[in-house]
Amino acid sequence: MMLTRAIPLWIAVIGGMVMLVSAFLKPIEGLGENFADAFNVIAAIASVLGAGSLLKSNLSSISRRDAGWGYAVLVLFTFIITLVFGLAKIGVHPSHDFPTAAFSGKQETPDTPFGWLYEYAMVPLTSTMFALLAFYVASAAFRAFRAKNLEAGLLLGTAFIVLLGRTFAGVVLTGWLPEWASGLRLENLSVYIMQVFNTAGNRAIIIGIALGVAATSLRILLGVDRSWMGGGGQS
Amino acid sequence: MNMVDRLNALDRRWVFLLMGLAVAVPILWIGITGNTFPETPTPAAAAVFKAVEDQPEGTRVLVAFDYDPASAGELQPMATALLHQCAQRKLKIVCIALWPLGGNMAQQTIAEVIRADYPAMREGEDFVNLGYQAGNEGVMKVVLTDFKKAFPVDARGQATADLPILQGVQTVKDFPLLLNVSAGYPGSKEWVQYVVSASEGKVKMVAGCTGVQSPQMYPYFPGQLAGILGAIKGAAEYESLVNQSIGGDVAPKYREAQRRMAPQLFGHLLMVALIVAGNTLFFMGRKGARA
Amino acid sequence: MRNVRRNFRSPWWWLAIAIGCAVGLILQTRRAHAADGVEAAAAAPAAESHQGIFNENRLPLLTWIIGIGAATTYFVARSRRGKPPTIRRIAALEAVNEAIGRATEMGRPVLFIPGVQDMDNIQTVAGITMLGRVARTAAEYDAVVEAPTCRSLVMEAAREAVQASCLAAGRPDAYQPDRINYITDEQFGYVAYVGGKMMREKPATCFYMGCFFAESLIFSETGNSIGAIQIAGTAESSQLPFFVAACDYTLIGEEFFAASAYLSGEPDQLGTLQGQDAGKLAVLAFIVIGTVVATVASLAPSAAWLGDFSALLQKAMGG
Repeated sequence: MMLTRAIPLWIAVIGGMVMLVSAFLKPIEGLGENFADAFNVIAAIASVLGAGSLLKSNLSSISRRDAGWGYAVLVLFTFIITLVFGLAKIGVHPSHDFPTAAFSGKQETPDTPFGWLYEYAMVPLTSTMFALLAFYVASAAFRAFRAKNLEAGLLLGTAFIVLLGRTFAGVVLTGWLPEWASGLRLENLSVYIMQVFNTAGNRAIIIGIALGVAATSLRILLGVDRSWMGGGGQS
Repeated sequence: MNMVDRLNALDRRWVFLLMGLAVAVPILWIGITGNTFPETPTPAAAAVFKAVEDQPEGTRVLVAFDYDPASAGELQPMATALLHQCAQRKLKIVCIALWPLGGNMAQQTIAEVIRADYPAMREGEDFVNLGYQAGNEGVMKVVLTDFKKAFPVDARGQATADLPILQGVQTVKDFPLLLNVSAGYPGSKEWVQYVVSASEGKVKMVAGCTGVQSPQMYPYFPGQLAGILGAIKGAAEYESLVNQSIGGDVAPKYREAQRRMAPQLFGHLLMVALIVAGNTLFFMGRKGARA
Repeated sequence: MRNVRRNFRSPWWWLAIAIGCAVGLILQTRRAHAADGVEAAAAAPAAESHQGIFNENRLPLLTWIIGIGAATTYFVARSRRGKPPTIRRIAALEAVNEAIGRATEMGRPVLFIPGVQDMDNIQTVAGITMLGRVARTAAEYDAVVEAPTCRSLVMEAAREAVQASCLAAGRPDAYQPDRINYITDEQFGYVAYVGGKMMREKPATCFYMGCFFAESLIFSETGNSIGAIQIAGTAESSQLPFFVAACDYTLIGEEFFAASAYLSGEPDQLGTLQGQDAGKLAVLAFIVIGTVVATVASLAPSAAWLGDFSALLQKAMGG
């Protein structure tokens, strides 16, 4: 009980309080950064656990012949290839500054196998996944953007102004307006909406979020809320 | 099943196909003709241009590459244009990254702009890539007190204490201008919160961010942020300003954002059409249900 | 001994310990600085030696922290005296039990995504807290919870939370560590895995609780296409529109952080929500006063005291 409940709580409270106090007291300013660095070290060590879990779950999937086990083979294959090429610096030429040192070169340069994996596998794949957003937003627009009430109607009207104002269509549709009415041009209207209405709404949400973060942090630091340790957290 | 119900139950793959065509056809058209739409810069984009233009020759500027290849479609043209203007103004460029792949993006942009078009600029003296540093906003807090402690070596492995470009640099406040290209966390918001707010006005910042992030950044303009490039539209406006100021023949790599405005136009028109169609079907369905 | 154990549970006890540790650290640091003495004075810029140990630029921030802390403490004490606040109904949280029940009836799993950031992000901590509560309800209802994670530490924290929840529900056999696994740190690699998992296994209920970026729309649209009931919660204001458009229920910003307190129903935690609201009222007051003063100052530029007052208000807000 002591190991699983009290000690994590002590660590959270002491670490949190030190980081809070270090923001205000100059002599211990670095101490807060040390705690943040300690987190980075722990996260780096934990990545070994993550890799172990990845290997275990994919190997189990292959041995049980679960649905889609072929993907598990692909995951393991690419994981091992990337790990080996990255750690062993296979095909990496030594750095110009240290030509006799075997591992002095950088494996991220494009002419290395690791760089090739980055340039021709990683970059296209991540770009492709990000590009999916354009398709999904179109299907969401068709399915979900309905003017069910006045507020929704106003929102859609604003969406039209911003969508058209951020393209050449805005210039074509309202560019003919005279100078005294230039504020009604779609491109200027969209800037006005972003700078006034959107800013006001965002500030309100950000203030609420900031207070929510403060209250949640206070609950955790004071030990009032211990549900992050699991079990329903009794204070 | 009548027409309204059939359209309401339309397989979303038809919508995907329409979006694919709306984006692909303009790209092909621009590739063949080379034409782009004219751009009228908004005040936020013009402010970014002015912030860089106002820096005297030889000023040291910090460029933070906080994005990865996934967002490169939207942010790479911004980064290219920013480095292009800085190189053309003969500013001393220090590149850093707080995203793991940001260092690679910095390297790629340097190769595309500086090594290709400004070969007289010397690495270590006129520009340097300090690479990626782990720690997110922890790095930002450290650069406020000791810049070289946060970046002890550059991307080549050379000690930053020995680099001529960083002579006299103690903290991030020794950089009058910070240019940040950001796709999320850590990014522009964190730079504003941890560096600009704490620098007591010594560090001016301009930010280039994705369209999704830009609503979060507008509250900071023109206070904490001297300028914003919001999404590919902001990039296109800024690019046109930079190209106009430099003049002459503009290489295609410096017109990438403007080239992407045509697919954006047709994509947005399709979105408007889909919203109108969806609402039409909704109201027709509601009318049918009442009848 | 009984008194010590009772104190151990009190938040005041922990506060006292933490303050004591902080004071001890400060004294220790000062002693170390005094021992280094000459070197420290030579190395530090001259201006800093006259500024003392307190960072005066952050005084407004400290005032706000003390103010909100004091308000929270007052309302917690008030709740303990038998006057807990009334919290408005939050539809997303009321729907949690119904959503898990649906998964049990359909014999399909519950998918829980605790965001794409690490444990140093407060949203991830709030997400893990929600996971604990969802896991407890799922254990009681005999539903399976799957939680693929984007960070190794989050995987470990999630496993601990789920295990403790299953134990608390009296169902230790319900805990299956293999269902909470690490995928990859790479954002879109994780998205690709989760999207594929959703299409293959078709979970009946999807929870998205944590910090999300571009993947929010991909998750919610995929969940929509498989007919899952979706409950989302995030403090990323840029992603809220996507969740609101595509999910059945969304916890917006502070509602997400209030979720743990809301579901627990404990007076202490509900009291902190009131403290949060007190802070909001204070900010609202400053906004109204500041707006009126700035407007009047711009209309009457000759009234210099208005400009000074406006500057003072700005400083009080940390500007």
